[in-house]
Amino acid sequence: MPLGYPVVLTLGHLVRLLLGYLVRMPLGHPFGLLLGYPIRLPLGYLVRPPLRHPSVAIDNMLGLDVPIDDKQLLNFEKFSNTQRGYYEGTLNNYLYYLRNRTLSTTSSDNAQEGSEQQTEKISVTFVDKDGEEKLIKVPVGMSMLEAAHENDIELEGACEGSIACSTCHVIVMDVNYYNKLEDPTDEENDMLDLAFGLTQTSRLGCQVIAKPELDGMRLALPAATRNFAVDGYIPKPH
Amino acid sequence: MFPFFHRGRSLIARSFSSLRSDQFNVCVVGSGPAGFYTAEKVFTGMKAAKVDIIDRLPTPFGLVRSGVAPDHPETKIVVNQFSRVAGNERCSFFGNVSLGSHGVSLSELRQLYDVVVLAYGAESDRSLGVPGEDLGGVYSAREFVWWYNGHPDCKAMPIDLKSTDAAVVLGQGNVALDVARILLRPTAELAATDIADHALAALQESTIRKVYLVGRRGPAQAACTAKELREILGIKDLYVHIQESDLVKSQTDEMELENSRIRKRVFELFAKRAASHRSNAIKGQRELHFIFFRKPDRFLPSDSGLHVSGVRLEKTSLKENGESGRQVAVGTGQFDDLKCGMVLKSIGYKSVPVDGLPFDMHQGIVPNIRGRVVNGAPPEHAAVEHGLYVVGWLKRGPTGIIATNLYCAEETVESILEDEKKGLLISDSQKLGRQGLLQILENKGVNYVPFSGWQKIDSEEKLRGQLKGKPRDKITDWEELLRVANA
Repeated sequence: MPLGYPVVLTLGHLVRLLLGYLVRMPLGHPFGLLLGYPIRLPLGYLVRPPLRHPSVAIDNMLGLDVPIDDKQLLNFEKFSNTQRGYYEGTLNNYLYYLRNRTLSTTSSDNAQEGSEQQTEKISVTFVDKDGEEKLIKVPVGMSMLEAAHENDIELEGACEGSIACSTCHVIVMDVNYYNKLEDPTDEENDMLDLAFGLTQTSRLGCQVIAKPELDGMRLALPAATRNFAVDGYIPKPH
Repeated sequence: MFPFFHRGRSLIARSFSSLRSDQFNVCVVGSGPAGFYTAEKVFTGMKAAKVDIIDRLPTPFGLVRSGVAPDHPETKIVVNQFSRVAGNERCSFFGNVSLGSHGVSLSELRQLYDVVVLAYGAESDRSLGVPGEDLGGVYSAREFVWWYNGHPDCKAMPIDLKSTDAAVVLGQGNVALDVARILLRPTAELAATDIADHALAALQESTIRKVYLVGRRGPAQAACTAKELREILGIKDLYVHIQESDLVKSQTDEMELENSRIRKRVFELFAKRAASHRSNAIKGQRELHFIFFRKPDRFLPSDSGLHVSGVRLEKTSLKENGESGRQVAVGTGQFDDLKCGMVLKSIGYKSVPVDGLPFDMHQGIVPNIRGRVVNGAPPEHAAVEHGLYVVGWLKRGPTGIIATNLYCAEETVESILEDEKKGLLISDSQKLGRQGLLQILENKGVNYVPFSGWQKIDSEEKLRGQLKGKPRDKITDWEELLRVANA
């Protein structure tokens, strides 16, 4: 091999190969069979990226907030509430790819469900301070603060959305989603100044309004106590 | 291995404590944000705990009512949440009950309750310790704030705004900016807020045109937040003066700014404003002057010797403090005088100790480890006072915003839950809780105000406000407050 490292062919590769042929996909795309899979599969699907607590994550912004690959992340987000097996992840990833690139009619139930709901509701995952996740459906136009309250997620809203406090501080866990949001106003930034555990992708939950592009977004609730980081947080494996 | 063991242990502890958990009585002293957030966290953490909140005033909510500026109604929305907590069937409010011999003493509370959480904040002021501090016309910003917010203790304060055209505010934190804004803001705008009637009347007749905000350090160290600064700079038709030479940054300043998002944004606001303003005020225009690098040396008496007529300021320069890495202001021996007829000292609040409570006079707080009150200097010589906790300003000093108390309360309640699980809060005798408190109040003839009494005050104030076109017309008289509450 010119690359000088072993390539292990797995069932996933075969599935991809097979599907690739079915829809006449060129095999030789840049991150194709040889280079891409051995890197992408373990990172994206086999091992879920360890969920760091936001306060710890400030120092590790790169590890948490920058996805390895846009598309892969979208898919990772979309099915984050289900137990993702190796094949399921691979297949879904591929189907997502198909749906978007070739308009193929081949589709799974999961994917169809997702596309129908996007017109009205989007999926948002809240990750609380203990790393527990909750996936909720949020109607387009609703703020994350309202959505959290409707779903019994512990997000404070002391000023009830009037941009006079920082208690509904959330951290957008993926910088790509963060970039899809309107820039914060001066007033919002003034409040974020005072937020605990501020990160570069922090927002006020009351100012993040659901829109279709945000489907699959993950929001972390910041550290609850000042001494949290000092106590030493051990991320829970899922 | 360890996690299983740990879980097993806490399960056992929990099952023990659940034997008596229907009897768990908590008393919170003080009904400000720290007190209410504590009650809320106790309710979520302990399914069967009862919480009694006592306050020396007939009205709840502490500084949300008497501290937050009247032109910040959004900040006061948090009382909705506190009212929901008070509406919990496990919660009771006892207003007009002070901690001490006139109401209920700390030792009595500790006998009655499994847990006592002190959340009574900081009701006094730090002093400068410079000559002339007790001259007429020199007030603490807290007193002035209580006065315009209708606190019943400061209703009768002889605040005179008619005999001078200049006021000096010492300090550049948010409270300093609040009082300066109230002095400078058009009274037509204030009339639509819940500002106390007596304060509005005085401000409408005020002759004060110039306010000086004096800080020991520079614009890179100013303690205010961007929101407050933006707001005061935005006052209609106000001339703002910032000395441009004060904006020159040292290397250390640059580093400080780089490390603090908020300081950086505050500095940018100063710089932007300094670059855009005119050199002189138009005649009759109200003026705000930021005076940096000056510290008060003494207050100058008027001819009568009774009233303040100015402040002598010493120029300072910044010196790096080896230990903390922060820059401190040191005097340079150069002085200048600033003429004024009123001084508001906004250099910090101070907590007051009560009998039987460990207190750190130097820091002005109750010594504690994560909210557990300790006797002696933590951590080496700390003896924990079982069942006694502290939260809010009394625990960490008078800084932070309302939300800080949320995290503060969470920490204290976490300590309570830990101690309860460990079985540290089990006492031999049965705690009487609310029943015992009511008995003591009856014996002492204390006429307490329940939450329903506050609700009567609340509706009465709103009703009176409606007639005047303001959200609320505050009742500022003790007797009247009690009368309305008991009606």
